[in-house]
Amino acid sequence: MSAPAEPLAAEPAGEHVGEHRDYAGAKLGMWLFVFTELILFGGLFVAYGMYRSMHAHDFHKASGELNLVLGVINTVVLLTSSLTMVLSIVAIRLQRKVQSMFFLACTMLLGAVFLVNKFFEWRAKFHHGIFPGSDHLMARPPGERLFFGLYFGMTGLHGLHVTIGVVVMSVMLAFLARDKIRHNDFIKLENTGLYWHLVDVIWIFLLPLFYLAA
Amino acid sequence: MSISASPVAEAPANEPSFYARKGIASWLLTTDHKRIGILYLGSMMTFFLVGMTFGVFMRLEQLTMGPTIMKPTTYNALFTLHGVMMIFLFVIPGLSAVFGNFLLPIMIGAKDVAFPRLNLLSWYLFISGAAVSLSSLFTGRGPPDTGWSFYVPYSLRTGTNVTMAVFGVFLIGFSSIITGLNFITTMHRLRTKGMNWMRVPLFPWALYATAWVQVLATPILGITLLLVVLERVFHLGIFDPSIGGDPILYQHLFWTYSHPAVYIMILPAMGAISEIIPTFAHRTIFGYKAIVLSSMGIAAIGSLVWAHHMFTSGMSEVAIVVFSLLTFLVAIPSAIKVFNWVATLYKGSVELRSPMLFALAFIFLFSIGGLTGLFQGALAINVHIHDTYFIVGHFHYVMFGGTGFAFFAALHYWYPKMFGRMYSERTAIVAFVLIFIGFNLLYFTFLVLGLQGMPRRYYDHLPRFHTGHIWATIGSWIMVAGLLLMVINLVRGLFRKTTIPANPWGGVTLEWTVSSPPPTENFDVLPVISEPAYTFNPVAKEPA
Repeated sequence: MSAPAEPLAAEPAGEHVGEHRDYAGAKLGMWLFVFTELILFGGLFVAYGMYRSMHAHDFHKASGELNLVLGVINTVVLLTSSLTMVLSIVAIRLQRKVQSMFFLACTMLLGAVFLVNKFFEWRAKFHHGIFPGSDHLMARPPGERLFFGLYFGMTGLHGLHVTIGVVVMSVMLAFLARDKIRHNDFIKLENTGLYWHLVDVIWIFLLPLFYLAA
Repeated sequence: MSISASPVAEAPANEPSFYARKGIASWLLTTDHKRIGILYLGSMMTFFLVGMTFGVFMRLEQLTMGPTIMKPTTYNALFTLHGVMMIFLFVIPGLSAVFGNFLLPIMIGAKDVAFPRLNLLSWYLFISGAAVSLSSLFTGRGPPDTGWSFYVPYSLRTGTNVTMAVFGVFLIGFSSIITGLNFITTMHRLRTKGMNWMRVPLFPWALYATAWVQVLATPILGITLLLVVLERVFHLGIFDPSIGGDPILYQHLFWTYSHPAVYIMILPAMGAISEIIPTFAHRTIFGYKAIVLSSMGIAAIGSLVWAHHMFTSGMSEVAIVVFSLLTFLVAIPSAIKVFNWVATLYKGSVELRSPMLFALAFIFLFSIGGLTGLFQGALAINVHIHDTYFIVGHFHYVMFGGTGFAFFAALHYWYPKMFGRMYSERTAIVAFVLIFIGFNLLYFTFLVLGLQGMPRRYYDHLPRFHTGHIWATIGSWIMVAGLLLMVINLVRGLFRKTTIPANPWGGVTLEWTVSSPPPTENFDVLPVISEPAYTFNPVAKEPA
């Protein structure tokens, strides 16, 4: 994208009388929420770290069964979606509403592509009899059971976050269409972006921990 | 921040109070922090009375040896529900959600919290969490019988309805996180002009420290409980030893939240006491900065002591010694606060009104609770008193004698501000005396029983514990009589036709500058602060 010709709108002050708007406050609140999400996943990362150090060999072996190609495709998809998210925010700050909506729709679409890929990946695992509590899995060593337990738990929780992100973005799309998000009042979209990047960052850690551990 | 310094001391008196709008919808859809505080108060007092009833039944069961009024399974369900209701629905959210919501914005000179709509959402999450938890009583195969800590692997194996109870607590945790991030943002963004950090009163400071613990610790509980649900439904295996998981990991994760939760309970209580003591000693607080720093110190160190709940669970000796040391360290900031409160009383003109009596009882009972806590931090003693009535006595001294008494102190102190009415002072004092005597008879006996070896959570007891159990049960009757008298007195006060001046106690923080009850927008003109908090005007000391 070329350098913006117009200057970006400054952080809006509360110039509208009787309307409480606090840009920095809203952003602070969102960052705190992002922290809580990181800590939520943190509990699972702790469990992963502990079990991997206990069952290094089993984790290594089980990791080889994951579909690395799909994992990498999903990583590219999510990283691209973070780019389009940023472009959407920049566009609305430049008062290019249609462009902003287009990029936001792209982000949603990429989020959906991620989920569809994930669905096929999980379905393939289920076909091989690999799902929590399955007889096939119970016949294997404890480390592999834990690996797949964590895999389904963590990618499942992450997938839930992607789904929530797509739903929130559809609301933002409606806000954009109705001019409730404007070039001087875009904090909702920006906070959605923060959330989306969080979802992205968590995936960046999930990829090596699960797909590249082999 | 003396009253004379505030330019708006008299101004809002003519404004209609925040109660002016009528109708159910005006309450259920309100974004007014004061109304949300009142909503929380009503729901929490209800949960408290239900939880208290469960406790009374448990004491009745222990009155005689053998079956008295219930089956062992019922007893298991009762101690679980008593714990879940009291801890998750009363003491943890208690002071933050009720008094924090009502007073935090007023005390820092703001018109509302930073996110009023999220604030309402947090109440709805709280109520739905409570409803989901309580629905476990009537759905599935009976109420949970795991104890409030939901320890695995039993909580994964039991046929009772643990899933619902755990999911309800998850929702309540989410509500707590939202309150926390709302308060942090409010403190950072909405302090009025001149209210710099070292002029913020101590109750908001305590709420701020609490809010950080809420935000940083509660997600751990969230993921832990979510995993319990996933384990029960999908057999993920993270905690289940039959699949390969480790139950000790559950205990670590659970206490990583649930010990800091103790500080979520006690920090706002300490904040409320720091407001009440100077008002009724008519003297500025001793060691303002020390109290502020100790609040933050407790929040920080308190997050690092969780494994002292697990000294007998199986950990490396190095870990045990480190956690024991950290446990002793956290006693230091707590003790600093106690010394500061006592020093505030020194040479003050102490007025023994009912809020002050509750506050003084708090200092006494919390000290017992804190010191008995140190017994358990000591490794050798811990092994002997682990899982006995000593523990039960200790945490009732801290949670009830501490947070509970502070809640009642705060309720009596801010009651005229919240409702613009007044309870009967004489009845309040009678109720206080009954609660205090009954409390000590009940829980001090627990400490003794524990040292004699009475294990906790047992349905029945041996003959040698019998005398102690009788005393404790008699204590519970006296205490409940006092609690009911207190509640009746407070409810009756609502119907007494009196009007209350803006500042009935002679307090000096901002909430006493607005009318009782406060107007919807709190302040006509936002006050400008030019002095530190707790600047008592010598003239104001004279009787009016």
